[in-house]
Amino acid sequence: MRRSKLLYVPFWASYVFLYLPIAVLVVMSFNAGESAYTFEGFSLKWYGELAGDERVRDGLVNTLMVAAGSTVIATVLGTLLAVGLARHTRSKLLDSVALMPAVLPDVVLGIGLLVFYGMVQSTLGLYSVVLAHALFAMAFVAAVVRTRLAGSDTSLEEASRDLGAGPVTTFMKITLPQLAPGIVAGALLAFTLSLDEFVIAFFTIGNDDPTLPIVIYSMVRFGVTPEINALAAILLLVSFTAVIAGQRLTKIGEREPRAQD
Amino acid sequence: MKSEVKARPVNRSRGRRLGAFVFLSPGLAYLVVFMLVPLALLLSTTVFRRGRFGGVVYEFTAENFERLVDPLYLGVLVDSLKIATLTTLIALLIGYPTAYVIARLPRKWKTIALVAIVLPFWTNFLIRVYAWIMLLSGPGLVNSALKVFGLGPLEVLYTEGAIVTGLLYSYLPLMVLPLYAAIDRLDPQLREASSNLGASAFTTFRKVTLPLTMPGVLTGSLFVFVPSFGNFVIPEMLGGSKSIMVGNLIRDQFLKARDWPFGATLALALIVVLVVLLVAQSWVARRA
Repeated sequence: MRRSKLLYVPFWASYVFLYLPIAVLVVMSFNAGESAYTFEGFSLKWYGELAGDERVRDGLVNTLMVAAGSTVIATVLGTLLAVGLARHTRSKLLDSVALMPAVLPDVVLGIGLLVFYGMVQSTLGLYSVVLAHALFAMAFVAAVVRTRLAGSDTSLEEASRDLGAGPVTTFMKITLPQLAPGIVAGALLAFTLSLDEFVIAFFTIGNDDPTLPIVIYSMVRFGVTPEINALAAILLLVSFTAVIAGQRLTKIGEREPRAQD
Repeated sequence: MKSEVKARPVNRSRGRRLGAFVFLSPGLAYLVVFMLVPLALLLSTTVFRRGRFGGVVYEFTAENFERLVDPLYLGVLVDSLKIATLTTLIALLIGYPTAYVIARLPRKWKTIALVAIVLPFWTNFLIRVYAWIMLLSGPGLVNSALKVFGLGPLEVLYTEGAIVTGLLYSYLPLMVLPLYAAIDRLDPQLREASSNLGASAFTTFRKVTLPLTMPGVLTGSLFVFVPSFGNFVIPEMLGGSKSIMVGNLIRDQFLKARDWPFGATLALALIVVLVVLLVAQSWVARRA
């Protein structure tokens, strides 16, 4: 008994460690004063400041465009790749190559693409980030869709083929609907990863049109101000809501089959 | 499967090959163009001379590898290894008991505890680092807390300790999750049997729990070590200009010094270390 109580010390320490910085961050975003260190009373002025900040607004728009573009490419290519790898080959090598973008350190992918774009004399911009983000997001989509494929049953597809449906009809009417939850989950993951991605974007974006993480990077390097805290608090709220909503959705999805047994 | 191939042998096998092409070629082509070709180009520059303003002059040379073993750069590599290892060990020491407690919680609390571990991981990475600049800097919370006890102020920001703290904060969830998965699968009867047979709590942990959760320990350690080792944002923001890691060195070769070949050689060293670790991990996992 005493032993298991002792285990609760590092357990609670982990949560304090994870949430104390976030709490301080949020509290300081409501600071009336100029400093992010001493609280001088409640105010929303830094949120107002943030709303008027064009860099942040443009960064947000750029980030959303990059995330949308790369998610579309990654979802289409990643889904096809997952089906191909699961159903049409047994090659372990192809499996590992498809996973590589998710495993390689981001700094290596970033400089690799920087050298590549440089050597093919391509200019850098938002589109080069879209192509770069699509690469690693594709690996995640393929991985998520594959776990769905592993649980799915091939007999429906075989029945469809035996009943005379062509391969395209079978894919569209049988395979794709079965995979849909996996594809949606993969696309959401791709979108979220792209929204937050900094290192690869840092190397492949060139000088104009920064994405939001790059804007935050330059703001943080410039100094500590409550405006960054306000931005942080909003981003925290958005991602916390998204994660909790996602959690609820998967719970509802899980509950249905369980009610039957 | 076999009877169906017999029924329509020609048709199906041609369809299979066409299917393989349709499904596999777009993704693989993308991987070749945007990953394998860039990596090949990058790594091929390691044997060439640098161009004056970036780029490469195609004359063979070994100077990049000679520079790599220069004590100055070797020191940075060793420092990075040290920092990433320390981070991984601390993450393991905090993460293991945390995952252990979570695995023993009632179902409802288990889900909440797990979501709470992952939640900070889904917030912007730079924001999480920024939070620590705020806490560790001169007038920040850490020094204010020390002042209450009549201590400090300490120079905590811009030290290796600050880097380790930032890395730990960013990647601790990646340690807890695989550990939780491994501990949760463990049959509690095994530990009961061990203690019924007279083993002390520590012996039970050392001889039963730890060996059976070793795959989780290895996966979690790798998940923390890999992003820590190549990191350049956290060392730059929390470590200041004094301490740099191999990630910073690579970044600077490409964006400041414009020495692509040497930057690529450093990246190669990074990849080699990670591949060695991956191979070691799968070797240990297979023996366990």
